[in-house]
Amino acid sequence: MIPLSWYLILSAALFSIGLFGVLARRNAIAILLGVELMLNAVNINLVSFWRYGDVTQMAGQVFAIIVFAVAAAEVAVGLALIISVYRTRKTVVADELDLMKW
Amino acid sequence: MATETLIWLLPLPPVLAFFLIVLFTNKNKAFSHTIGVGAAALSWLGSMVVFFRALGVEHLGEHPFASSIPWLPTGETWLRIGVLIDPLGAAVLFFVAWTIFMIFLYSVGYHNFGQPEGDHDRPGLQPHGATVTDEHGHKHVVPSVEPMYSRFFAFLGLFAFGMYTLVVSDNLLTLFVGWEIMGLCSYLLIGFWYGKESARNAAVKAFMTTRVGDVFMLLGIAFLYSATGTLTFREIFTEEVLHALATTATPILGLSAAGLIALLLFIGTVGKSAQWPLHVWLPDAMEGPTPVSAMIHAATMVSAGVYAVIRMFPLLTADFDGHTLTTTMSVVAFIGAFTALFAATIAVAQNDIKRVLAYSTISQLGYMIAALGIGAYVAAAFHLITHAFFKALLFLGSGSVIHGMEHGVLHTGNHHVDPQDMFNMGGLRKKMPITFWTFLIGGFALSGFPLITAGFWSKDEILADAFGHGHWAVFVTLAVAAFLTAFYTMRQITLTFLGEPRTKEAEHAQETPWTMTAPLVVLAFFAVTYGWVGIPEHFPLLGGILPNWFHGFVGSTLTEEPEALPFNFIPLMTSLVVALGGLLLGWLAYRNVKTPAEDKLQIPLLKNKWYFDEAYDFLFIKPAYWFAETFVYKWMDKGVIDGILHAFGHATAFLGTWIRAYIDKAIINELMGDGSARLTQWFGGRLQPIQTGRIQQYMLASLGVLIVVGGLMFSLLVK
Amino acid sequence: MTILFFLFAAIILASAVMVVSARNLIHAALWLVSTLFGVAALYALLDAGFMAVVQVVIYIGAIAILFIFAVMLTRRELRDKGPALNANWWLSALISVLVFGGLLFLLSAWSGFSKASAGLPSGFDAVGALGEALVSPQAFVLPFEVASVLLVAAMIGAVYVALKQK
Repeated sequence: MIPLSWYLILSAALFSIGLFGVLARRNAIAILLGVELMLNAVNINLVSFWRYGDVTQMAGQVFAIIVFAVAAAEVAVGLALIISVYRTRKTVVADELDLMKW
Repeated sequence: MATETLIWLLPLPPVLAFFLIVLFTNKNKAFSHTIGVGAAALSWLGSMVVFFRALGVEHLGEHPFASSIPWLPTGETWLRIGVLIDPLGAAVLFFVAWTIFMIFLYSVGYHNFGQPEGDHDRPGLQPHGATVTDEHGHKHVVPSVEPMYSRFFAFLGLFAFGMYTLVVSDNLLTLFVGWEIMGLCSYLLIGFWYGKESARNAAVKAFMTTRVGDVFMLLGIAFLYSATGTLTFREIFTEEVLHALATTATPILGLSAAGLIALLLFIGTVGKSAQWPLHVWLPDAMEGPTPVSAMIHAATMVSAGVYAVIRMFPLLTADFDGHTLTTTMSVVAFIGAFTALFAATIAVAQNDIKRVLAYSTISQLGYMIAALGIGAYVAAAFHLITHAFFKALLFLGSGSVIHGMEHGVLHTGNHHVDPQDMFNMGGLRKKMPITFWTFLIGGFALSGFPLITAGFWSKDEILADAFGHGHWAVFVTLAVAAFLTAFYTMRQITLTFLGEPRTKEAEHAQETPWTMTAPLVVLAFFAVTYGWVGIPEHFPLLGGILPNWFHGFVGSTLTEEPEALPFNFIPLMTSLVVALGGLLLGWLAYRNVKTPAEDKLQIPLLKNKWYFDEAYDFLFIKPAYWFAETFVYKWMDKGVIDGILHAFGHATAFLGTWIRAYIDKAIINELMGDGSARLTQWFGGRLQPIQTGRIQQYMLASLGVLIVVGGLMFSLLVK
Repeated sequence: MTILFFLFAAIILASAVMVVSARNLIHAALWLVSTLFGVAALYALLDAGFMAVVQVVIYIGAIAILFIFAVMLTRRELRDKGPALNANWWLSALISVLVFGGLLFLLSAWSGFSKASAGLPSGFDAVGALGEALVSPQAFVLPFEVASVLLVAAMIGAVYVALKQK
């Protein structure tokens, strides 16, 4: 059978890839894509723990559903922000959005 | 009242008068002179009571009136002060009381009490006359009242206090206290008209010169106290103490302790009694009002000097064997005789009526000192008392003359005429008869006119003593001085009173009021009669009629009464010759002299007092001024002391600026203050680029730190 | 089963790598869709059927579509011409690897790391239980409702932020 560790390793890997995407991508929208990957890794983790723990406890799944909701909300707002920023700054390159500095 | 208590009270009225006048009655002239004269009268009354009681005591010398109190605690014992009236004290008290009283009374008239206030009189200057308009509208100028009238009586009271204290005291300490009080008062009174620069200078000169003497006197007193442990006369003049002092040797000039102490005390007298070389203050002291001159130069202060030596006679003669004079006695005799001649030579060439008398005083004091130097105790005391009377008389008489002349000056209005210059006088016997006759009596007494004047008897006794004990140098010197004395006295009388008035002012001279002439008469009485209490026993014809009361009385003060000398004709003849000869010559020489130019004795050397003032100025005054102005003030005070202070100031300023520049500004401000700011700024500048504003870089940084810290903590904490 | 797992895992990981490295955004979005499909399959493997369906419907059907719409509708404006990765990509790679390693290290120390799965209890209605949990007051109704409020807020926020100001 599949031990829990495989799922956890998978989610850790997915998380790291998502992290790489967030840290390394130039385009702001691409960064959001990376964030989605990280969220999905989290969800895998949650569901795995549900399945490999006490199955009657639905908390794992509920948590995962809430994460869905949050992810959806976050994407919507994030994209809206990027559009708004583009309107003023005329760029979507994350490196060029550097107003939060000295 | 017990006599001792009365003696304690004698000095009190004058000093009370001083305080009362100064504190309360200064503005009221009548009150002031009432208090002053009243105080003098009270003390005179008390003195007379004491004197007559003293006369009644058998062997007063052995049982004097004495009373003392313990005063200063000195370890186990006490320093005592007190009063003593022995025969010498009684005799001196007599003349002091009379002369002081007469002078107080005289001052009322002298300072023109009752006259109107002057036109432009100011306190500090002599009064210059007041213009009065009589009922016909005629204006004439009359003498004006002295503006500082009350002050005069106050000072005179203090002066009297000093003298009474000195006379009644039984110890050297209170004697010295009285001495110094009189020194102070002489300063205050000589400089009475302080608006005049010459008066101010004379006052300072008097004080300074006598001070020189006083310093030595104090040394003598200190030495005496340390040698004997007491200052009371009767305790010092005991056989044991005197013997001990006479046999103790001192390293100075081979003198015994007694001799040295006596010499030091004598130097005080040299100052106070204006003997050579400290004589220079007395002629200048004529700047004071005439009663002051009488007070200081006849009645009291200078007499105090001689009195002090007479008091210390046992000490002076402690190692005297009766024949050869000790060193100290030789010094005393020399100074006395020299001064007598020296001053007489100067008096001959003076034109101011008071100056003649001043030098005459110096000369006569020299007589007394010389007498003491050769051991003639009684003669010296006798001459002291007779001199007090006739010199006070002469001074007050001269004051009267000057007053009369000033009347004339005010009448003519010519203020360039000096009322004191004898060559402006003449013929005053007609204008001022009382003054003339009393002055004549006084002058004859001074010259030693035989038999009817007191001066004859006292002077003759000194000469007899000098001759009888074989002191030829002293005898001859004193005889020559006597001749000169008679000569200049007659010169003075001739120029002032005889002949015709030489100036308009002399023509308008007037006799002075009774307050001035009454004292003259009283003093003239004593100048005549006092001599008769001291007629030597073996005098031809007259000796024996009246006992020589004075010799017996005053002589009994000493433990061994001095023996009376056998009579010798030579000193008598000498004194007759010099006295009468001098008087005759003086009259002959001057009866036709009208101007100073005709006066052959106006030799510059004599007129200028043998240039002693100039010499002292060069030797002492100028160096003293140099020392004060240049050495002490310029070099030490400004140069050294201020220099040190300025150096401190500069050093502090320099240190301050250095600290400011190199520590405060450089280190604290620059290095620490600004430096830390710059360091922070530099760090900030270096760290600034980290804040790029790029979120991905922030995340990288935070994750990196998370990994590092997490790894660190994991490795450290999880074992 | 294991083979399925490896298959799906490979799909997920390969698609994820392509997501983060595709230069063209549409490609990246499409690769995301692929990843999400893989995750959904995995859910099914984990007997979380509802989750799998919801994954497909919500994540792919809504979120990924939203991405694609946004990219497509703003392609002209938001076109990106430069390279896909920024200058610090190597540092990012390093960090990611370290994070991965760190996570694994931590997980491996956990006792339940190699747990085997237990069987499902018979007659267990996972979906029903989930439904009950979501609406039961003793369970998770509150987070459920709050999540809906969150969605409303997000919606309003997004509309407001993206609204073109006149």
